[in-house]
Amino acid sequence: MNTWHDYTKAQGHPPDWPYPVRLEQEQEVDADVLVIGGGIAGCWAAINAARQGLKVALVEKGDTVRSGAGGPGCDHWCDVPANPLSNVDPDEWAQHMADRPYCNGIGLQIQCREDYDTLLELEQMGGKIRDADDEFVGAVGRDDKTKFMISPRYTKVHSYVPDMMKPVKFKSNPEGKLNNMVIRVWGSTFKPALKKECTRLGVKIFDRVMGTSLLTENGVQGGRVVGATGFNNRTGEFMIFKSKATILSTAGAGSIWLISTELGGYSNMMSRTITGDGTVMAWRAGATLMNMESTGVLRIATGLKHKWYTGAGDASYENVPLVDANGKRLPLPIQGWEDAGAMAASMEVEEEIRKGIQTGKYQLPFYGDFPAMPDVERRATWKLMLGEESTTKIITTTFNEAGYEPGRDLLQSYKYIEGNSLPQWREAGYGGGILVDWDLKTTLEGLYAAGTQMFCPEDHSYCAATGRYAGRKAAAYAKQASQGKISREQVEREKARVYAPIKRSGGMDWKELHAGISRAMQYYVSEFKTESLLNMGLGTLNKIEKESVPMLFAPDPHKLMRSLEDTSLLTYAQIIVQAMLARKASSMALGFQRIDYPTMDPPEWQKFMTIKLENGKVKSGSLPFAFWGDMKKEYEARNKDYTGVYKGK
Amino acid sequence: MSQKKLMALPNISTPSSPVVFNPDICNGCNTCVDVCQIDVFMPNPEPGKPPIILHPDECWYGGCCVNDCPRPGAIMFKWPLELRGYWKNKATGEIGQI
Repeated sequence: MNTWHDYTKAQGHPPDWPYPVRLEQEQEVDADVLVIGGGIAGCWAAINAARQGLKVALVEKGDTVRSGAGGPGCDHWCDVPANPLSNVDPDEWAQHMADRPYCNGIGLQIQCREDYDTLLELEQMGGKIRDADDEFVGAVGRDDKTKFMISPRYTKVHSYVPDMMKPVKFKSNPEGKLNNMVIRVWGSTFKPALKKECTRLGVKIFDRVMGTSLLTENGVQGGRVVGATGFNNRTGEFMIFKSKATILSTAGAGSIWLISTELGGYSNMMSRTITGDGTVMAWRAGATLMNMESTGVLRIATGLKHKWYTGAGDASYENVPLVDANGKRLPLPIQGWEDAGAMAASMEVEEEIRKGIQTGKYQLPFYGDFPAMPDVERRATWKLMLGEESTTKIITTTFNEAGYEPGRDLLQSYKYIEGNSLPQWREAGYGGGILVDWDLKTTLEGLYAAGTQMFCPEDHSYCAATGRYAGRKAAAYAKQASQGKISREQVEREKARVYAPIKRSGGMDWKELHAGISRAMQYYVSEFKTESLLNMGLGTLNKIEKESVPMLFAPDPHKLMRSLEDTSLLTYAQIIVQAMLARKASSMALGFQRIDYPTMDPPEWQKFMTIKLENGKVKSGSLPFAFWGDMKKEYEARNKDYTGVYKGK
Repeated sequence: MSQKKLMALPNISTPSSPVVFNPDICNGCNTCVDVCQIDVFMPNPEPGKPPIILHPDECWYGGCCVNDCPRPGAIMFKWPLELRGYWKNKATGEIGQI
């Protein structure tokens, strides 16, 4: 056995800290382009900036080889209308995606125009994107010429939202052929290939370094971003990065409303490392954030592992029919060829199933009927989709090793036997983020954002395409910009903040502080929202900041990172409440119900809300829907020099 | 039993060991230490030995430690009891669990 307890019992003492200790020691790094967050967006940004011949530094809290939400893998390259098998024009598809309320038309246009090129570049780097070994010949959607595996997702019916699953007619697809908008990929090959390419291009990678703050010119809030600080979560070394352009790609915040490290399954689907650091850094520097009041019901899971893909009614596993305990087929959609990619059951179907359970018509538990599928489809779902999806590879491996045989065995579904999240458990999800323009530049000079760091982001291929684009634009800026002047005073202030928890000899550990933040959010910022409850929530969070944060105690650099992540989560929570106070109307699309303003989505409130710090004071504003203008026109005006798939060495 | 030497230790965290190492196969290359985005492991002070599970309660069950292990069988996932999924043999009705 190899636990800490085993070691301590065997040796008679705990192990020494395994890394050199360099607390408060400084390392200075000069870069043309600094990328903070080495997930999918960050790697693509670093690669594309380095391809312009610039000096690039990439900062990552984990190890770039497998870090981020897409680190373990990816099974679908979504919204790829520029692929040769697509039957819809990329601009029309982008517009269709942007017709939803509270989305990001800029990012969607970039994704739809460029993520096929991005995919081909991934193949150049060694990522697997085709069935080159002819493993799935005969599967529906497999194109024998290109060997691409088209997914049934988005084929005709396109919506995660129940009751909105009507087929969409596209001008560019008048005959209503299958859209062919999503390609199945072998995503477990992606992240190592991206890290290898970063290294090959000379990107200086700083693994195990947490970015903690942005440095602005002369330390002025709202000024040009000229660098950042960070610290190594193994050695404790302090990092000072000086840069001409900086790209934030650390993702949004994960578990604000709920933390449970002990009870697997009672948490959200995000890794602990996703704590909103980039958003909070941008906020403190004075950048404008948007849509921060948007929340959703928590999808209880630990990396979606507890329910994983057996719960039809979410994305489910493609093409697998759902049956009850007696083998009776359930009317749930299967996101397959037979229902043209439908993802969620309508309210009527949900009701029918609930009644069916109560009357004995459908007996629990339900199962995914893998044995009923044609062999090649079963293999494609089990081995390719589930075997390559982020974090489900280990599940299929474990099932296989435990004796599960997809051709013989039904896989249990937990959808109705586990129940749903409690109403006071919410998640910030993918709604809020940093406001960007058509260059993916934030409202601060020198600062860019990509992937899930931006407002209203989407999925893996979106992060890849927008990261790649941000790298290009930030590099263009850095080429003509000078090195800015950093403020030593700002560095010293941040250094004092960063090391405070490890200088104490005792106090409050990071888990207690996180749980305190979560409980405040559950009590005051949850199902029942009123001005006074939200103000009580803000008061409680402010009290935590004033009284508990100064007690945070970290015995080593790892727990110091967790403690600083708590401070990110706390600030993120405060921003959410401030944004909620600013929106004085309820909204269905934002999961936002205010008892004191009950009318849903009144016309005057159908707009984006923005929020920022100005001279230390919170300032909110608004932007109209589709403030980005004509997507095709705006994109083309700014990308005349775009050269498509990379042809350099 | 009365002679057993006891140490004063805090509670064992839950989960205590999201993975198990096979010391006969593991050569202590620490690939799993590197690929874990959470830093669940630390290298064993004795080179060549399996890593030590230092932060098991932070495990995200991402699986990269097992997926990327260059020596198959050196590290196996051990799902906490409450996360072990079920299946049913379609023909016999027999229930299985990981």
